[in-house]
Amino acid sequence: MSMLIYLIPVALFLGALALLAFLWALRSGQYEDLDGAAERVLLDDEDEPQTPAKR
Amino acid sequence: MSCCAPGADGFAGGVQSLPSDDEVRFSARNLGDGVFQTELSVPAVHCGACIRSIEAGLGRLDGVEAARVNLSTRRVTVRWRGEALPPIVATLARLGYAPTVFDEPEGEKDRTLSELLVAVAVSGFAAGNIMLLSVSVWSGAEGATRDLFHWVSALIALPAMFFAGRIYYRSAWGALKHGRMNMDVPIAIGITMAYALSLYETIHSGPHAYFDASVTLLFFLLIGRSLDHVMRERARTAVKGLARLAPRGALVIGAGGARDYLALSEIEPGMRLLVAAGERIPVDAVVEAGLSDIDRSLVSGESAPQKVAEGDAIQAGTLNLTGPLTLAATARAEDSFLAEMLRMMEAAEGGRARYRRIADRVSAAYAPVVHLTALATFLGWMAATGGDWHRAVTVAIAVLIITCPCALGLAVPIVQVVAARRLFEHGIMVRDGGAMERLAEADVAVFDKTGTLTLGHPRLQNLQQIAPEALAAAAALAANSRHPLSQAVAVYDEGKGPVFEAVAERPGLGVEGRAEGSLWRLGRAEWARGDGASGEAADEGTVLSRDGAVLARFEFDDAIRPDAREALAELEDRLGPVEMLSGDTARACRRVADRLSIAHVEAGLMPADKVARIEALARQGRKVLMVGDGLNDAPALGAAHVSMAPATAADIGRNAADFVFLRDSLSAVPVALDVSRRAGRLVRQNVALAIVYNVFAVPVAILGYVTPLIAAVAMSTSSIIVIANALRLGRVRR
Repeated sequence: MSMLIYLIPVALFLGALALLAFLWALRSGQYEDLDGAAERVLLDDEDEPQTPAKR
Repeated sequence: MSCCAPGADGFAGGVQSLPSDDEVRFSARNLGDGVFQTELSVPAVHCGACIRSIEAGLGRLDGVEAARVNLSTRRVTVRWRGEALPPIVATLARLGYAPTVFDEPEGEKDRTLSELLVAVAVSGFAAGNIMLLSVSVWSGAEGATRDLFHWVSALIALPAMFFAGRIYYRSAWGALKHGRMNMDVPIAIGITMAYALSLYETIHSGPHAYFDASVTLLFFLLIGRSLDHVMRERARTAVKGLARLAPRGALVIGAGGARDYLALSEIEPGMRLLVAAGERIPVDAVVEAGLSDIDRSLVSGESAPQKVAEGDAIQAGTLNLTGPLTLAATARAEDSFLAEMLRMMEAAEGGRARYRRIADRVSAAYAPVVHLTALATFLGWMAATGGDWHRAVTVAIAVLIITCPCALGLAVPIVQVVAARRLFEHGIMVRDGGAMERLAEADVAVFDKTGTLTLGHPRLQNLQQIAPEALAAAAALAANSRHPLSQAVAVYDEGKGPVFEAVAERPGLGVEGRAEGSLWRLGRAEWARGDGASGEAADEGTVLSRDGAVLARFEFDDAIRPDAREALAELEDRLGPVEMLSGDTARACRRVADRLSIAHVEAGLMPADKVARIEALARQGRKVLMVGDGLNDAPALGAAHVSMAPATAADIGRNAADFVFLRDSLSAVPVALDVSRRAGRLVRQNVALAIVYNVFAVPVAILGYVTPLIAAVAMSTSSIIVIANALRLGRVRR
């Protein structure tokens, strides 16, 4: 049972990490063009990375 | 070139005027440091190759720093540097993606969606972790371990309740403050009570805590709400991206002859405006100089273009077809015809404002019943146990938790999300779920003529009677003109006609050019024959002439929308006879009505007359579906129980309509009706399912047999059943 002392915080920490990753993705605009992201994967690599339009 | 023909998506084509560079320059946002940002809507974008060709095409222009396409919203953001606007519009048009300017107040990004997504993420995180702990409790954790698990759950649930729950608290509070009831009220009460009870149990080392129930409930409901929001947002941006018909401003000629592009609101009566061919008239005005033809079809419903010359008054919103005009403004924008229509529309807003959505009606009946049941349970247990209030409160709250309308909260939005998606596939945009409910109730259909039953542009009618050589010559000549009649002929241009030189458009008369040593004219008969020398009296027909000799005579009629006959037949089948209300002449109406076999026709109507007719029907208790496109239809669209407009409609007509269909075919109307009715049936089934669930669950709760495990299983099952039922709408083939 003493394992719980470690396991519960570990579980929570990992969950929180995923949550933070999601929030970061949301904030950096990765959910603004879902259809576009799906298509851009198929485009050939450009010579230089396109600078995303600043908002 | 674009990878696929523009408009391949089935978007209504037609003559589209591009925004002028002045207008684009005017709407650019200054980012500082000499950098400007322009956002344009490009409705034709629809695949990865489109992204590539636009971004590469714009990126090559001088002065353009970056171009980025957003495929979901079908917009392109261009950052550019310098004084002069790079030829963005021309480049996009050349690539096959005609852009349009859209209106969006600065910073008006979709905040609600990101708030909802964050709330979904937080409640999902909390639900997952709490469920992990709850399963351990249900599997037999006891004593100190169970208390520890409960405490950890309470800690995780607390921020989720505040953060994710506030969406429901805010909405519930808003409803209660106005003395109304919505579905969020019982939800807010349910989750709060569940949390409070669980906290009390945890503090007193009780065996039952419902943290998982309250948080999973939030999680499920937020998913439903986010989907609902995404659906509406998608329709909204699609409608917004359509071509603006009202200009943002106009080119004003100042005292010293200087030309300035001024915003609509800055235009004062007396100012001199310059309106090029192909642009819309910004405000009511009088022609000072110039000669042109004016297309009034969106304003008054008249299908034939009208000739204007010096001294003629023009209404705002009409389209200048053939020649540049210098106008003197006679009214400010807010006193113009357009503004008058907006005021009439507000005054007419009737049936829709009073309509209450099914979800609100159900919850208005449901919430008091549930809350009274909980109260009765409490009193009953108090009496039965002789005043054991802890037991009584626990059972009463368990009743609240089990009846918390999770399934009911999902029952309506999920069906409407699926239905909206199906409509989207047919090119129909829905404003909100309530629109579908109202459409399902409609019992009489009323149509406008020009631009609604017809496409709003003329079509050559006597093709068989025209000699092929004459047609080829006429088409080659007509290709040089913007006049709708010319464009109807130019469709047949296959490059076989002679090559014309010195082509000139004569506003109000026609178009002429030189080829093979003679003068060719296409236009009004007396002009084409030359100075009206012939003995025939006023002849209004359109002819092709060569050195004054008539080669062919062209007759036109307004092209009926594809599938109009079938669509109307289907509507008559379901709703009874359709009516046609038009501002056009009785003769033009009769022609269309005869071809579509519409019995009830009213012609020559003013906007107020249309509203009056709809209100008369409403007084008879009829629920009117109005389909129209013009500025003159906007008040009627607002007055009707539910309304539809084609994508080519005037801006305010589109904004007034509940449904906007993007394709030419009129079959959108019966499709929308059909999907809405099926959605209505599924909504009622879902509500019934949710109630049946309660009929079984509530007695168990009242008798005090509910444990957190039973609550979790029961609520999840009912939600899944409701969702599965909603998805049936997606499968059924039409």
